[in-house]
Amino acid sequence: MVETSSSPAGALPSQGPASATADKNEAAIAAHKKRNKLGLYFWIPMIWLIIVLVAALGAPYWGLPPADEIDWMNIKVPPNDAHPLGTDSLGRDLLSRLIWGARVSLTVGFAAPFIGVGLGLILGMVAGYYRGWADEIIGIAIDTWLAIPGLVILLLFSVIFGGSLFMVCFSLGLLFIPTAARITRAATLNYANREFVLAARAMGASDFRILRRELFPNIIWPLIAFVLIDIPIAIVIEGALSFLGLSVKAPTPSWGGIIAEGREILETSPHVALYPTLVMFLTVLSFNLVGDAIRRRLADVREGAI
Amino acid sequence: MKFLFRRFQRLLVVLAAVTFVTFILVNVLPGDVAYEMAGINSSEEEVQAIREDLGLNRPMLVRYGEWVAGMATGDWGKSFLSDEDVWDEIIGRFPVSLELMLLAQAIALILAIPMGMASAFRPGGRADRIIGAIAFASVSMPSFMTAILLIYLFSLNLGWLPATGYEPLSSGLWANLRPMILPALSLALVEWTILMRTLRVEMIGVLQENYISLARAKGLGNLRILFVHALRPSSFSMVTLLGLQVARLLGGTIIIEQIFGIPGIGRLLVHAVYTRDFIVIQGCVTFFALAFVTANFLVDIAYAWLDPRIRSGKAHG
Repeated sequence: MVETSSSPAGALPSQGPASATADKNEAAIAAHKKRNKLGLYFWIPMIWLIIVLVAALGAPYWGLPPADEIDWMNIKVPPNDAHPLGTDSLGRDLLSRLIWGARVSLTVGFAAPFIGVGLGLILGMVAGYYRGWADEIIGIAIDTWLAIPGLVILLLFSVIFGGSLFMVCFSLGLLFIPTAARITRAATLNYANREFVLAARAMGASDFRILRRELFPNIIWPLIAFVLIDIPIAIVIEGALSFLGLSVKAPTPSWGGIIAEGREILETSPHVALYPTLVMFLTVLSFNLVGDAIRRRLADVREGAI
Repeated sequence: MKFLFRRFQRLLVVLAAVTFVTFILVNVLPGDVAYEMAGINSSEEEVQAIREDLGLNRPMLVRYGEWVAGMATGDWGKSFLSDEDVWDEIIGRFPVSLELMLLAQAIALILAIPMGMASAFRPGGRADRIIGAIAFASVSMPSFMTAILLIYLFSLNLGWLPATGYEPLSSGLWANLRPMILPALSLALVEWTILMRTLRVEMIGVLQENYISLARAKGLGNLRILFVHALRPSSFSMVTLLGLQVARLLGGTIIIEQIFGIPGIGRLLVHAVYTRDFIVIQGCVTFFALAFVTANFLVDIAYAWLDPRIRSGKAHG
């Protein structure tokens, strides 16, 4: 870094390999700096996400009409002063329903990936560390799990367990286990025979201690990136589920459910379906963009660290 | 051949596990089939009688064995609501779902191949960045939302295509395809991005190979190089994905069939879920798993055909 700045001193244009490498270094540093900035593609979606998050967290305090309050005088009205986004087919305020619905989407979006990645982490570490029959059984279980389409599993679960918010988070979380377990297993295999693990074992560390203190800190990074990818996916699947009316129960508004109601009256009052569609699209897109930026940043940190 | 045999063994193990898990899930339900059949106002004796009648009192493993044996001979049970034969229901609707999936996959490929090529030709170039941005946006647009927008635009505003309905093939090819276009497009507009990205990554690698440089040196045109020399060696991962996507598409058809009123298996399953028709649910889930595992097996065969190294056992995997 330092020598590059000294190169102009008497350097001829055709100086040869030394200046070429210096240029390369400089370019690499510039590229690194550029990559290190999170940039507009991070901050603009981040602002949107913060708006949605604050709106959802403070839902009871904004002076909104209750999400299930029926305004008989204003049924299916387009946006106006009293109802900024209009009302639905029962005369319920759309903005209020969207904000309350955001709570469901965000809860599921954050909870499900953590549940799935947590369980997948345990399975993957066991499979990758102990190998043998544990690995075999977990492998078959994962293949089986993957052989049923995710939405089908969720339909099955909705019949068996009903539609409480906790059960939706939990059954959606189960969908993320296979990939998380595979990533963890691969990473565990990668580290299990490294010197620091052998050293720990030679010093008499227990398996649990090795898994927790030696392996876990190393394999958590790819999983954090994986959680970031999963948040928008979880939101989308919850949307699909509630679109089918199989997520949280009816009076609780959810984005997919509002869109499904709007589908019925798409011809006469398109705003009921189109506003939630727009909000959901922006939110999912924002999570994707933010996740992408953070993931790249994490990759850089890791590269630098090794 | 040995490779395919190993895959086939795996297929059987997974199928056994899937049927078992489905069976357990459906049969360990708190309110079992007998309760549903007897109705709300039935006494405990009536429920017991129905249990006896259906053979639900026997050990689970025996019933599982019988169920699997029955399925092998085409007896998947009867819906206890409509009394329809489950296998007949499923197989009658299968062509509809299959057509929707194939159409969606075809549209996705038609979008993905040229876009992937255009991106891979100059990575980081303007085309690459624009296509990347479009792909990013489409990934954030789940199929049921795309469906709403397509219906709003093409059915309600422009009136070009119907918003719901289904016509059998017997009433003409166009009559059959017309109501399928929007549903297939809704699915394809999400799926193409994954195919495109996979093709792009692999093709960027292939375009740096020596034989591509040779083709360039011979003075072959870019289009010829891309389509004739680069496409096949770049499409291994994409073909694998086509199979893996069957699972996603099967899930996708469920919701799309519901929106567009297409009488496929997805609609059957959702209806069975609404009415808690367990025998039908069990049959549909098993069928979905069967279809998915078979599709993956077919992909393995296609893969071996595309990449001769796998056939001879010198695979990189």
